[in-house]
Amino acid sequence: MEDRLTEILSSYQGERAELVPLLQEVQAHFSYLPEEVLLGIATFTGIPESEAYSIATFYNQFSLTPRGKYIVKVCLGTACHIQDGPRILDAVEGELAINPGGTTEDNRFSLERVACVGSCALAPIMVVDENVYGKMTTKKVKEVLERYAYDL
Amino acid sequence: MPMIFEEIRSRAISEWKDLKHDDKPHFLVGAATCGLAAGAMGVIKAIEIELAQRKIDAVIRQVGCIGLCYAEVLVDIIKPGRPRICYRNITPEMISELIEDYILKDNFRPDLALGIIGDESIGGIPRLFDLPMMASQVRIALRNCGYIDPERINEYIANDGYTGLVKALEMTPESIIEVVKKSGLRGRGGAGFPTGQKWESSRNVASAEKYVVCNADEGDPGAFMDRSILESDPHSVLEGMIIAGYAVGAKEGYIYVRAEYPLAVKRLRFAITQAREMGFLGKDILGSGFSFDIKIFQGAGAFVCGESTALVLSIEGKKGMPKPLPRPRTSEVGLWGKPTVLNNVETFACVPPIILRGHDSFSSLGTERSKGSKVFALAGKIRNTGLVEVPMGTTLRRVIFDIGGGIPDSKRFKAVQTGGPSGGCIPSHLLDLPVDYEALTQAGSIMGSGGMLVMDENTCMVDVAHYFLDFTQKESCGQCLPCKLGMKQMFEILDDITKGRGKPEDIDLLVELGEVVARGSLCGLGQSAPNPVFTTLRYFRDEYEAHINEKRCPASVCKALISYRIMPDKCQACLICLRSCPAKAISGGKKQIHVIDQSKCTKCGICLEVCPERFSAVERVSGLVLISK
Repeated sequence: MEDRLTEILSSYQGERAELVPLLQEVQAHFSYLPEEVLLGIATFTGIPESEAYSIATFYNQFSLTPRGKYIVKVCLGTACHIQDGPRILDAVEGELAINPGGTTEDNRFSLERVACVGSCALAPIMVVDENVYGKMTTKKVKEVLERYAYDL
Repeated sequence: MPMIFEEIRSRAISEWKDLKHDDKPHFLVGAATCGLAAGAMGVIKAIEIELAQRKIDAVIRQVGCIGLCYAEVLVDIIKPGRPRICYRNITPEMISELIEDYILKDNFRPDLALGIIGDESIGGIPRLFDLPMMASQVRIALRNCGYIDPERINEYIANDGYTGLVKALEMTPESIIEVVKKSGLRGRGGAGFPTGQKWESSRNVASAEKYVVCNADEGDPGAFMDRSILESDPHSVLEGMIIAGYAVGAKEGYIYVRAEYPLAVKRLRFAITQAREMGFLGKDILGSGFSFDIKIFQGAGAFVCGESTALVLSIEGKKGMPKPLPRPRTSEVGLWGKPTVLNNVETFACVPPIILRGHDSFSSLGTERSKGSKVFALAGKIRNTGLVEVPMGTTLRRVIFDIGGGIPDSKRFKAVQTGGPSGGCIPSHLLDLPVDYEALTQAGSIMGSGGMLVMDENTCMVDVAHYFLDFTQKESCGQCLPCKLGMKQMFEILDDITKGRGKPEDIDLLVELGEVVARGSLCGLGQSAPNPVFTTLRYFRDEYEAHINEKRCPASVCKALISYRIMPDKCQACLICLRSCPAKAISGGKKQIHVIDQSKCTKCGICLEVCPERFSAVERVSGLVLISK
């Protein structure tokens, strides 16, 4: 983990303004912000550890706990909300047996509820990693999740 | 016009013409996020396979979004000697037939076509821009969306791209600001501040360093025009930003884009690289002596960062919390304390045509105080979901019924929500309201970024208010009490009402709290957050009263106040709902009518969804079913 962090840090200068982009890159690699990595970044950018923690928890994008291989996002923007989005979320929760913020025991899926991915015209929407699925139904939830259920 | 640009432009134009006169067919597939969500990649794959099997030499390209999201996946075909035909709702299964019929047999398949992009009309296919949903549109910000390939800068240039910049570089900064002021352009992100005035105040501050920032954080749920412009025509935003940089004297720009928009980020990166290679960005732009470059900053997810001081702090690597009052204007003291012009995506996209065609081309459209055109995102219970751009002052009725096609499934229109969490719900008796900044504010809502969520009789207005307050109270940055605690209390009262625990005095309490939150909050988030509650109370008070006094949700939405019931006379005991029920709340068996155990039912509604249409034995009822056996 340390080697990987050193490698990532090598393309940054250690300036304060790099904090958020750095956290984003680190999270993309580790799927979350491991404590020692967050502390390492604080030292590198010269920001007190407490403040780095406060920034990492202020923004919705960051996770301090490990996340699954696939991130399932159920959109609950307004269009999705009034067009059965909450039932899609129920169906995903049931299918994966986790709540939003949770990760399945096999570390395959993490579930998030998000407020609008901007594809309102095809509501309700579900996203797995960067693949967007429109006009979801509770039936389609199972089909979509199955596509991600078996690879290694 | 500098020689170098003239050469670039004439090459781009001839390439663009070649596209029409190429000897091979071109397939242009709508592949912005809406298209992708509807399955564009599968369609592209099917086209590739079909062309390979039939040994047809053709070009497949991805274009952006023309705004007709309801008709995605859209595939335009340009066949040698034929106009560009736009086919709608294309699935991979239809490709073989379409290629066989149109490419090989020259049958236009008007039944699959939406329209022709261009001036001709053949085979009984209408011109796209004559269709009711396109005819009343004036496309300025969306001028190239879905029309050009966003990853080819030459297609942008061939359609007047960067010509506005070239013209601007020959003008004085003051005269550019004058044109923008006279055009009447106001910020398209929500507040509607006059753009030219903002630029002028930045210009007037003496500072060696200044910045131009594009707010592409589009956090309002229900608005997606900025995403679409970034994905479909990124150069229009870059060009607007470069002109702004020249006008105010800035050398550096940032685009603050949501991390939830990965495709927009990708297209922007690509566009910035191309613009640098062509000399539109970087040092000494087109030999003018003016230097300007743009960086991308990805937002990490905080709705409050739509507020200018919060956005700026966020770029600086801090928590995005609005600065305390009295706040300096960002245009004077912004990023790293320097004058900063902050406009949103749509605003910047409007700038190049205004410079190129003059202020009149924009100010001749619209109403007295709201000039030009505005993009609206139509979503919710409306037939033609997508993006439309109409002159300011167009009535809601025209946008929703003539352009949007009205409400599907013969349902009744109930309200249109504008302005996202800061806006409000406008009822049917105000449908003839002309849409501009002032009229919407007067109706209790706001223009916001232009989201229009249409609601029908099956939408519960108390639930909608509850939804928005849930959103805003979670997104409160937490530094000022009225916002942090007031909204939490409002949310809990609404939560009680939707769960059947409402008390008659709750309505007055909501209004009182709302007024405190609106007046006492530090920034726009809290100041406007009570609007959804105020407008639903103003126009749909009867729904609140039904929830509170009769413990009934008239639209049958609030879970605690509805039940699902299997009608014994219609149930065919087919076992489908019984097997699908995740709560195992349905009893019965083969040849045994099914019954829902109300004590176990979680009201997920799956039984209603899976019950075969020919039986339609499951119904959702308002109120609680007392007799369940």
